[in-house]
Amino acid sequence: MAQGVKKLLKEYLTIREVAGPLMFVDQVEGVKYGELVEIELHTGEVRRGRVLEAAGNTALVQLFEGSSGLNLASARVRFLGHGIELAVSPDILGRVFDGFGRPRDGGPAIIPEARLDINGNPVNPYARDYPSEFIQTGISAIDGMNTLVRGQKLPIFSASGLPHAALAAQIARQAKVLATGEKFAVVFGAMGITFEEADYFISDFRRTGAIERAVLFINLANDPAIERIATPRMALTCAEYLAFEKDMHVLVILTDMTNYCEALREVSAARKEVPGRRGYPGYLYTDLATIYERAGRIRGRAGSITQIPILTMPEDDKTHPVVDLTGYITEGQIFLSRDLHRRGIYPPIDVLPSLSRLKDKGIGKGKTREDHSDNMNQLYAAYARGKEAKELAVILGEAALTDDDRKFAKFADEFENKYVRQGEDENRTIEETLDIGWKLMAMLPRRELKRVRDEYLEKYLPKE
Amino acid sequence: MEQTSYSRKGQANMNEGRIVKVSGPLVVAEGMSEAKMYDVVRVGEARLVGEIIEMRGDRASIQVYEETAGIGPGDPVISTGEPLSVELGPGLIESIYDGIQRPLSVLKEKSGDRIQRGVEAPGIDRERIWHFAPRVKKGDKVGPGDILGVVQETSVVEHRIMVPPGIEGIVEEVFSGDARVTDTVAKIKTTAGLKEISMLQRWPVRRGRPYREKLAPVEPLITGQRVIDTFFPVAKGGTACVPGPFGSGKTIIQHQLARWADADIIVYIGCGERGNEMTEVLMDFPELTDPRTGEPLMKRTVLVANTSDMPVAAREASVYTGITIAEYFRDMGYSVALMADSTSRWAEALREISGRLEEMPGEEGYPAYLGSRAAEFYERAGRVKCLGRGEGDGDRIGTLTVVGAVSPPGGDLSEPVTQATLRIVKVFWGLDDALAARRHFPAINWLTSYSLYLDRLEEYARAHVSEEWGELRAEAMKILQEEAELEEIVRLVGIDALSTRDRLTLETAKSIREDFLHQNAYHEVDTYTSQMKQYRMLKAIMEFHHRALAAIEAGAPLAPILELPVRESIARMKYVPESEPERFTQIMQEIASQVASVGGAGGEEVA
Repeated sequence: MAQGVKKLLKEYLTIREVAGPLMFVDQVEGVKYGELVEIELHTGEVRRGRVLEAAGNTALVQLFEGSSGLNLASARVRFLGHGIELAVSPDILGRVFDGFGRPRDGGPAIIPEARLDINGNPVNPYARDYPSEFIQTGISAIDGMNTLVRGQKLPIFSASGLPHAALAAQIARQAKVLATGEKFAVVFGAMGITFEEADYFISDFRRTGAIERAVLFINLANDPAIERIATPRMALTCAEYLAFEKDMHVLVILTDMTNYCEALREVSAARKEVPGRRGYPGYLYTDLATIYERAGRIRGRAGSITQIPILTMPEDDKTHPVVDLTGYITEGQIFLSRDLHRRGIYPPIDVLPSLSRLKDKGIGKGKTREDHSDNMNQLYAAYARGKEAKELAVILGEAALTDDDRKFAKFADEFENKYVRQGEDENRTIEETLDIGWKLMAMLPRRELKRVRDEYLEKYLPKE
Repeated sequence: MEQTSYSRKGQANMNEGRIVKVSGPLVVAEGMSEAKMYDVVRVGEARLVGEIIEMRGDRASIQVYEETAGIGPGDPVISTGEPLSVELGPGLIESIYDGIQRPLSVLKEKSGDRIQRGVEAPGIDRERIWHFAPRVKKGDKVGPGDILGVVQETSVVEHRIMVPPGIEGIVEEVFSGDARVTDTVAKIKTTAGLKEISMLQRWPVRRGRPYREKLAPVEPLITGQRVIDTFFPVAKGGTACVPGPFGSGKTIIQHQLARWADADIIVYIGCGERGNEMTEVLMDFPELTDPRTGEPLMKRTVLVANTSDMPVAAREASVYTGITIAEYFRDMGYSVALMADSTSRWAEALREISGRLEEMPGEEGYPAYLGSRAAEFYERAGRVKCLGRGEGDGDRIGTLTVVGAVSPPGGDLSEPVTQATLRIVKVFWGLDDALAARRHFPAINWLTSYSLYLDRLEEYARAHVSEEWGELRAEAMKILQEEAELEEIVRLVGIDALSTRDRLTLETAKSIREDFLHQNAYHEVDTYTSQMKQYRMLKAIMEFHHRALAAIEAGAPLAPILELPVRESIARMKYVPESEPERFTQIMQEIASQVASVGGAGGEEVA
């Protein structure tokens, strides 16, 4: 069928210039902005591109797969008349694709039920449903303190050398909503990660059988960098199909968004655009928003898309443009801490700067447990105070602390050791998480537990 | 049908051009010599909405408000000959619009859950019937802005139908009863002939609506937020900005203002923000009740939503769409508050378009005209004498207050958008990451924030709240500043180095911070505090400070004073309902008696 279409298309032999990821083609007719382009090399190899600018009879094309071996005189260029599309069908589950949606697992091509444009259209806020269903990840520092809800976008701000991959895999394995019997799927989009990291995810999914309900789009570090620009959109198009056509609850993990942004910067630099901060294009916010905003729920549809993008912060710097702009778009963030990691605590989630903006809607009676909110607030306040006391002790010595402060300092240590720390395969229920919290609170003087209602203290605080 | 006649007419008038270049949201077309700057055009076969932002010879650069994929050179561009305008009339309130005033509910009906391209939807419902009650009679002489009649738009908003600007004459005929917005409700005999006036007006968004005279703001916009009303108030007709890094609570502050500000009309612009946040507003506002009218807040609210996944150029337009609607209600003599969250996204949209126009950039790639555009926008705020006569032929005064959120990258306030904004606004609520991390909300830093309206508004506070308001506020502020200095010392040499007096200052500062400035937006009582209650709370805290100070100066030890049970009462003042002012008298008495009980000689002296 594709052959038939091809015959109708004009082929151009008029490439004027190739520079970096960009190519200019002259004397073209009827080229549309955003159109998909095929470039056939003299060897017969076919590469893809996208029209970035159509001016008069010249087209500026962004090459997804690099320009090596491309001969200006002999390469043939075809404009396909549609944007980049992803073929979808229910068989897509359990498959592994490359960053451009081509099978990578040696399996057959997908026989499409539909071909979807990977750019998607903006969701009408009027049609959105507010996310409010608790997702249990089995990880205390997330469930208890920074609760994830269905339809949320909650990034993990990590840095090089931290175990974000293990954490993401654990979430993918364990995530479930308390009401059972619903269809669940994981879509994994990898941009520029190493083979080992990709292999870690694939084998982990295989080991646990999660691969049956997963779709993977993998662009490795040595795959063409510009292809990464399409990868998250492929993943999200697939997720939208599963969520809103097939009524599934989809968890999308995107790693690593920093690599994605670098690919974007490369294209922008090649176009000689006026840069914003640190050489990233001025439209980075808009571009990231078109990815992150594809999470959510839609009224009247059963499915949902929950997004966990992973970012590595260069130099652990949270003011880096990629991290900063992500924080402005997503609904909170999970910070990983190098300090906790050094002390051997897994998962090294830094609870204090982490935040889930939607947690209040997803917790409490009928969702998790009535005492969740008080429990969380008290633990947060006590941990913050404990950390402060510990800092003070570093400067002035342990002796300078009051009795209460000493108790809080001890609490902070125990909190990290018993509440935050857990095994990679340890799947705690929300009740277990809350009860650990109560046990820890028992270390503190009761008069200091100001954020908890008396009735819950009576009911849940362990008696000595 | 209309479509074809348009293009045929267009060809004849040379109003139809051809695209020569497409680059993202920017389209260049030639053959546009008949078009004017800022004309709205229809681009391509899909008839996408765009606006001309640059003309060179017969070439027009057009920013397109919808996704341009699939558009290419050779496609037609048709000028409508009109600038980008909004429709004004009954039906605005309770609406939620996209950046170019298309109602999102209509878009959903027409194109489903996702916004498709080229969908047309009028801003005001043409079919809805309104009851028009005339306020003029045949033979009356009327001019621009005069009220012809009123429509009860919602249970709290009376929509005043005004004579459009530029029309003056004698009322020939006036209608009474049920009508659609497009029906004629009055006929006015002018020097240029008989004019038929309907309830619907159009106004170009980039031009401020006219008024008679601008006045200095004198009255505070009461927000019920203690740190704002007491320490950094904004005047009705004033401008304010809220810059802060992500997670510092900008949006919550904007939502709180939209909920509680004592304005007649609220216009809320969600500019390039999260879709879920707009959904939250959409779901919450119809549920929440206005403390003054007891009606749902939605009944006085207009929402403009351009979420961050919607096309970038429409983001640029959305702030103008919102402020034009706000001005229209101001012209009726209302007090209007406009919140824009966030103006940084608007500036980024400017930057993106400017970059594609290949203009020479200013700082960080922002166009050189960023400052003047921001100034133009904020200057549309103000307290004005409206066109037309008010009650009893007196003046009609309307106010428009503008509060803009700014999202500085990395929380860095030296960046161009924050700086351009600070040059023009009079109130600065600086949000602080460190406060937010300590979960002190609203995280408005009391040391860096300022309000230039303080002097002007003090008179109002003297008259309406208390004579000593100004002094009380100044003293509390001084204690907070002293705290910052003392904390430096404590960090260096430990708390033991401080005198008892300084330690009391620290305690009082802590009390101001925790018992007064900290306010829980989610607590049913704490979420809103009247000005009177704010005064009483601060008064109690300072009263305790004065009495304790007198006691320790007379030789009483500090520790037992700090352990007094009345301190618990002070900490719980914020939860005292507005209906129980007598509780404060009680607290004042407790302070006097309890401090006296500790402080031997000193206590007695004071008592």
